[in-house]
Amino acid sequence: MATVGRALLILGLVVAVYGIFAALYGARTGQRAWIDSSRRAMYAIAGLMTFAFLIIEVAFLRSDFSYNIVAGASSTTTPTFYKAAAVWSTQQGSLLLWVFLLSLWSSLALFLTRRRVREIVPYATAILLGFCSFFIGLTILFANPFSTSRNPPAEGAGLDPLLRHTTMMIHPPMVYTGYTMLTIPFAFALGALITGRLSAEWIQVTRRFALAAWLCLGIGVLLGARWSYTELGWGGYWAWDPVENAALMPWLLSTAFLHSIMIQEKRGMLKVWNVSLILATGTMAIIGTFLVRSGILSSIHAFVSDPTLNISFVVLITLMVVSSVTMVIRRRAELRSESQLDSLFSREAVFMLQNLVLVALTAVIFWLTFFPLISEAVTGTEQSIGPPTFRPFVVPLALILVLLSGVGPIIAWRRVTVANLRRNFTFPVVVALVTLVVLLVAASGVEAHLFALLMFCFAAFALAAVAQEFWRGVRARRAMTHEAAPMALFSLVRRNRRRYGGYTVHAGLAVLLIGVAGSSSFQHQRYATLKPGQSVRIDGYNIRYAKPTATPSAQEISFGAVLNVSKGGHHVTTLHTSYGIFPSQDPSLGVVGRFFNSGSVESRIGLDAGATHDIWTVVNAANVPPLQGYITKGDQKFAGLLASISKLPAAAQPRALNTLFALRDQFITELTHRFVTHPWPVQFLLIVSPLVSWLWFGGIIIAFGGLIALWPIPVLARRRVRSAAYAARLARELA
Amino acid sequence: MEFLLVMVAAAAVILIVSAPFRRVEAEGAEAEDVGKSSKVAELEAAREAKYREIRDAELDHRTGKLSDDDFSAVDRSLRAEAISILQALDRAEKR
Repeated sequence: MATVGRALLILGLVVAVYGIFAALYGARTGQRAWIDSSRRAMYAIAGLMTFAFLIIEVAFLRSDFSYNIVAGASSTTTPTFYKAAAVWSTQQGSLLLWVFLLSLWSSLALFLTRRRVREIVPYATAILLGFCSFFIGLTILFANPFSTSRNPPAEGAGLDPLLRHTTMMIHPPMVYTGYTMLTIPFAFALGALITGRLSAEWIQVTRRFALAAWLCLGIGVLLGARWSYTELGWGGYWAWDPVENAALMPWLLSTAFLHSIMIQEKRGMLKVWNVSLILATGTMAIIGTFLVRSGILSSIHAFVSDPTLNISFVVLITLMVVSSVTMVIRRRAELRSESQLDSLFSREAVFMLQNLVLVALTAVIFWLTFFPLISEAVTGTEQSIGPPTFRPFVVPLALILVLLSGVGPIIAWRRVTVANLRRNFTFPVVVALVTLVVLLVAASGVEAHLFALLMFCFAAFALAAVAQEFWRGVRARRAMTHEAAPMALFSLVRRNRRRYGGYTVHAGLAVLLIGVAGSSSFQHQRYATLKPGQSVRIDGYNIRYAKPTATPSAQEISFGAVLNVSKGGHHVTTLHTSYGIFPSQDPSLGVVGRFFNSGSVESRIGLDAGATHDIWTVVNAANVPPLQGYITKGDQKFAGLLASISKLPAAAQPRALNTLFALRDQFITELTHRFVTHPWPVQFLLIVSPLVSWLWFGGIIIAFGGLIALWPIPVLARRRVRSAAYAARLARELA
Repeated sequence: MEFLLVMVAAAAVILIVSAPFRRVEAEGAEAEDVGKSSKVAELEAAREAKYREIRDAELDHRTGKLSDDDFSAVDRSLRAEAISILQALDRAEKR
């Protein structure tokens, strides 16, 4: 089927190039048949890419090692769940996933807009097909997933142990869904600039895609953070790593865009800003893909890199930037605002300030992310940038953001009076002040962490503001309909999904940032080298290394530890952590050594997660010096036995080899169990981190709010639009 | 088998992509009537946005973010804007 796969890619490229031509010709001549044909070209590509992706998935599931990517990233012992996810652990599979998702979302967007924004659609179609051509071209020329080997190996190399994590099934497709969906508003914005149709129409047809992209990218970022926290063995969830930043930057810009388009829709303002913002967001999505795929910046999240892709990506990004800037400059006269800001104390003013903060945050992250490359280009030495460099810039901006996320919901559009300000701000301000007092009185040492203290107070303000909005909304609804409170809440949200979905997102952000502030400011961390029976104290907890564990198998040698955690003499929890070593396929490491000295390792953390704090630990059993002598002797002995077997008659060799491998397995089992019978000291990383669960919970609230805002408007709400139209017409006739 | 699959895929692509040309031959230029003029579509989008704005102001008023005086001023101005959009829409639809 590899031949079919290769043919599908070539066919896809031909159709994409044809589609670009058809779309542009249709736009130029006004012949709808050509425009419709170009749209259908996208549907056809979606079908072809789905077929191609299925072929690769089936190859992975069947462990067909004639495919090079299957041999390189899977094995017969890889669990089925991870076989399916292993596709996107490879460069080739990842690029195929990109173009597969792009063609699917583009087809959906073009289907939904087939009778709308007719001038813009052909250009948007051409741009989306251009992206398809680019990525299909990459898979054909540089990273073909269908390349095969004439002499396939009997066994594959297996999936990188670090990628054997449940979130890996969802995290990359989510991030890629976000990236690919962001190209849709990009394409429509550029189409609007080309045609000069710069009203809010293009925003209305692509807003849902921008929101879906924002939601998926946000979920992807959060899952990546969760993977980092539970898999990488360093105890953190965010390292300001280039790949993390690459996903965060378009998310921040799309957050700004989703707020500022409301101002354009309502007031006809910020047209230049909005179009520039979404063009920057689309470009940033491609830069994000470039960073992950090229490996130009070292990252804990990048598992494959291919410098041959660099030039192609740089050309695409340059083309996107140049065309965006050129078109915005060309249309600057038509992009003038239709009205002006009525008051600095209005929701639109708050949105503008929030936009500036988000863009400033993105600019800081962009500069610091690329600083190692810039420093290398200027000085010849790559300077590494770590979290301490980011914090002085990011923390104050995050504080302003959470404060604004509380101010936004309680301030009205257009105008605000002092009396209204007093009425709406009193409760949230009182809650923030009470939080401040309670924290200063009850939490000793909190005053030393000014930023965290401010974050808690501002988050309390935002949560109180959102709660007040829900409460008042329910009260108003109940006054009108006399519904029971839960029903009134349901109806209120159902009828005003954008508004209350947004408020829910704001509440989630506040909860998330409470988690970030708490876990980063009040974390206790220490390394301890312990023998079984020894204890160590951290943040009032007594942690005792109760017993070692060892599990040998053909797939993995695992050294583990059981730790008992107690406080004030009371048992709190039992933690299990282990260190897995996956055998190497490199014969030079020795018959026994390849099981113990492989670089393919995985740390499994011991975690007790709670509402107030997490107790986190990981054992580092990378060094097995007490076993090295036995390993070396074993290697020598088994190498000698292998040499003897090779001299036996061919017919006798298989039996002798089986006996030898059984002996080897027994030897490895005995060696592994020495970790239990003759334990040696091992190093533990122990962390007590408060409020980490708030971060994940905040993320879930954000996703829930995003889904509320994204959910289609029900028929009932549409009817309200019509009745409002009749009311407005009646008003006009009366006038 | 593989060759056949590729041929089937290619044939399906040609069928999908060429469908609008075959339809034009069969049904003439009726596709042009399906959509609305871009001016009308643009005004309809503006009308929807204005209605949303009026509803938002009403909700802001009910939840206490706008006082009675402010609401009546904002509502009056929004309705005036909505009326001018409706008038423009009527003019565009008559053309």
